[in-house]
Amino acid sequence: MNELAVAIPWLGSRNPKAARSVVLALMLIAPLIAALCGNTWVRILDFALLYVMLALGLNLVVGFAGLLDLGYIAFYAVGAYTWAFLASPHFGLHLPFWLVLPAGAGFAALAGLILGAPVLRLRGDYLAIVTLGFGEIVRIFMNNLNYPINITNGPQGVNMLDSLNLFGWDVSRHIPITDNFKINSLVMFYYVFLLFVVGSVIVIRRLQVSRIGRGWAAIRDDELAAKAIGINTRNMKLLAFAMGATFGGVAGGLFGSFQGFVSPESFSLMESIAILTMVVFGGMGNLGGVIIGAIALSLLPEILRSVALPVQHAIFGHVILDPEVLRMLLLSLAMILMMLIRPAGMLPAHARYSRPELASAGKGKQ
Amino acid sequence: MSITLLETQNISKRFGGLQALTDVSLTIKKGEIYGLIGPNGAGKTTFFNVLTGAYTPNGGEFIFAGSELPTGTPHVVVERGIARTFQNIRLFREMTALENVMAGHHLRSDSSLWGILTQNRHTREEERLITERAFEMLRYVGIEHHATTLSRNLSYGDQRRLEIARALATEPQLLALDEPAAGMNATETAQLRELISTIRHDGVTVLLIEHDVKLVMGLCDRVAVLNFGKKIAEDVPAVVQKNPDVIEAYLGSSHAH
Amino acid sequence: METLLQQIVNGLVVGSVYALVALGYTMVYGILGLINFAHGDVLMVGALVALQVIVFVQKTWPALGTIPTLLIGLSAAMIVCMALGYIIERTAYRRLRNAPRLAPLITAIGVSFLLQTLAMIIWGRNYHSFPQLISTAPLQPVDGVFITPVQIIILISSALLMVALILLVNKTRLGRAMRATAENHRVASLMGVDTNKIIAITFIIGSGLAAIAGVMFSSNYGVAHYAMGFTPGIKAFTAAVLGGIGNLGGAMVGGIVLGLVESIGAGYLGSATDLCHLPLWAQSASLQATCANGGSFELLSSNYQDIFAFVILGIVLIFRPTGLLGERVSDRA
Repeated sequence: MNELAVAIPWLGSRNPKAARSVVLALMLIAPLIAALCGNTWVRILDFALLYVMLALGLNLVVGFAGLLDLGYIAFYAVGAYTWAFLASPHFGLHLPFWLVLPAGAGFAALAGLILGAPVLRLRGDYLAIVTLGFGEIVRIFMNNLNYPINITNGPQGVNMLDSLNLFGWDVSRHIPITDNFKINSLVMFYYVFLLFVVGSVIVIRRLQVSRIGRGWAAIRDDELAAKAIGINTRNMKLLAFAMGATFGGVAGGLFGSFQGFVSPESFSLMESIAILTMVVFGGMGNLGGVIIGAIALSLLPEILRSVALPVQHAIFGHVILDPEVLRMLLLSLAMILMMLIRPAGMLPAHARYSRPELASAGKGKQ
Repeated sequence: MSITLLETQNISKRFGGLQALTDVSLTIKKGEIYGLIGPNGAGKTTFFNVLTGAYTPNGGEFIFAGSELPTGTPHVVVERGIARTFQNIRLFREMTALENVMAGHHLRSDSSLWGILTQNRHTREEERLITERAFEMLRYVGIEHHATTLSRNLSYGDQRRLEIARALATEPQLLALDEPAAGMNATETAQLRELISTIRHDGVTVLLIEHDVKLVMGLCDRVAVLNFGKKIAEDVPAVVQKNPDVIEAYLGSSHAH
Repeated sequence: METLLQQIVNGLVVGSVYALVALGYTMVYGILGLINFAHGDVLMVGALVALQVIVFVQKTWPALGTIPTLLIGLSAAMIVCMALGYIIERTAYRRLRNAPRLAPLITAIGVSFLLQTLAMIIWGRNYHSFPQLISTAPLQPVDGVFITPVQIIILISSALLMVALILLVNKTRLGRAMRATAENHRVASLMGVDTNKIIAITFIIGSGLAAIAGVMFSSNYGVAHYAMGFTPGIKAFTAAVLGGIGNLGGAMVGGIVLGLVESIGAGYLGSATDLCHLPLWAQSASLQATCANGGSFELLSSNYQDIFAFVILGIVLIFRPTGLLGERVSDRA
């Protein structure tokens, strides 16, 4: 949050407190503003928050520990399919969210360990390619595990997933205020997701400023030197994979409950790359940057879509660039240009792994 | 004063057909500054890498503080109490000086994942303690004023000091320095010499690999000389300096230059 | 026996296409230490350009024979791809030569998706049928084993190209400069080698080979598509790694081996994982019922064919990162 506040031009540096309140207010009223433009926009915001969670999780692996993971979407898939298996008519199970969500997180963490264990010794680019392969393998299994026993229902995917039911409150139900006015469930999903995002940020913040966060950063900066100060690089890398995957798993579960439907095509390589671009765009390792990157790159294509489609209609009479193409164009250009022009990201502030003020606080007491 | 801290028994290391170390046996006593010198390519750094676990030796063993030292596992070696620095400085570039030293405390701290996520009392207390100790350590090596500077922005001499501080943060019994004076000017070298003396004074045994013979002779209690992967002398500096084999090794190499 | 022979033929054909593409990966990796992720997409561009040109030629000069038409299409594809390879190297990779390791890789991924997107804009999302200029009517040299004229041409021409490349790298002045640059940029440039030029040429040669591979690929399967580059790309990379990345001979061996493993593996994967082969006592009642009357219960069908490449890639990288031939691995970390 501090990083976000500081990122606000002008105000951020003059009056951090005011900037922080601006950020908070924006986060709270965003869905209401979006609702004025139509429910599609609230839905887009909801997805933006899911992407924020994913980007935060991937950043933990790539930005903190320096392990380039191109198969991250697989963990999202594990979370989503866990929800589909444990809370849908597919197997006739309808377990409550406080069981399914942790189960998804747990399975995703397990998948992280399964991926992490064999690839520990691989260097940067080799690691990237093997993780890419892992993501593809998971997708191939999702597509084909409908035979000989139907587990995933193949390319059709699983539908009619239970929605998020928080101890009796069904988030997917609109809340009627008066006869004509009701709060759309999309808005409620926004606040629920926001809670999860805030929780993720707190968790990641705590990890970052701890012996674990410093261990990861040490491995990222110089693995040999990290070993030379006694860091067990194997365990720390496994922990990074598992923790990063956990966030993916939780986000996947939320995605399943929100969408009500999962199929392999939501978990393509393009999605892994999109999340990576978000992390890179804002600035690897920097939480504020990653959050802004995720929000910007999930909103921009939609804004472009709403602007570009009518413009194209007006000029050419028909649509030349459909929204999916626009999104890919934007993401790939963002990736190339960021690396060429601002490799440190839009917000290249360096991440903090300590709180120097702790020392003086301690001295004050003595 | 004459308790043995590290005993090296017949350490050998081959790289393909190259015999980098042949039956090297040394004895380092607790509390001394022990120098390891030799011409370029004599096997000093290889010895260092074998000792600190970066390489596995082809033969021989290390007895450290009374028991055998595992080979090939750097982090276990550090845990047993041997810390090292690198010939070409290796700091964590994207972390501040303070954070580098705090990372050095990794080994001697034990906050669990659960403790960190819940920020329990133990974790908070430990984090505060580590921060304070890291500041102290920076003060000890004389770069406290750079605590919040990114390590890659420090001057060369300060980077050397920071690397030593980070190594000391692992609370070693033996501090192994790989050519710490390389690339330093006279003033910096003098300060470094003082720092190494202080470290020894405070109870840490020092193993010094150095190309700078003058520094070694002035600072070390005892010196061993490697040439072509073999130990050719081991004694107090005054005696080693007069050893004909040593003179030949050095003169020979300086003739070659 | 005929099935095995047939699968060997298929494997050789696919494998030699992989090998051609793998050469591009391995040359670039050998010289720059970069996984040129966009290489597979250059193949795609080659196929689609050839398709476009061939269709145009067929419409404009219908009297022109099939071979000249194919050659015109192929040359156009090669020219476009070589230019593309040069532009990619010049604009995207050159500036990152001394950047941290991951930056060029991320850029390469970006270039890959950019090419796919541009292809999608130009050629749309549909599968285009590729003109069958050379007969795909199967011949039957041995009873029960089929091979098409296209496949014969693929086998012969890729063999010729590989020999030509080996000669180029080992016997010419240019080849020597390439090897010197791969060994050490700085030293090579001190010796008077214009390393920038050599790197650009490497990209151009690799892209030309990719264009040819693209035309072969599309001729064999009869289709072209904006995303067709990804799978052969990743498989060719696997082939390069399998043979020992940076090693030209390795790329060829790797390509052929991967093609064979995939083809033979896919043929037997189903029956190898058929639970009906279990001894009767190990089968459950319902399984026995399924297996009765010649039924089968295959855990993995040939749909899993694409997994081979990824699994091989992982295994090789983890256990033998220097590959099968593993003579030289460029590592300037």
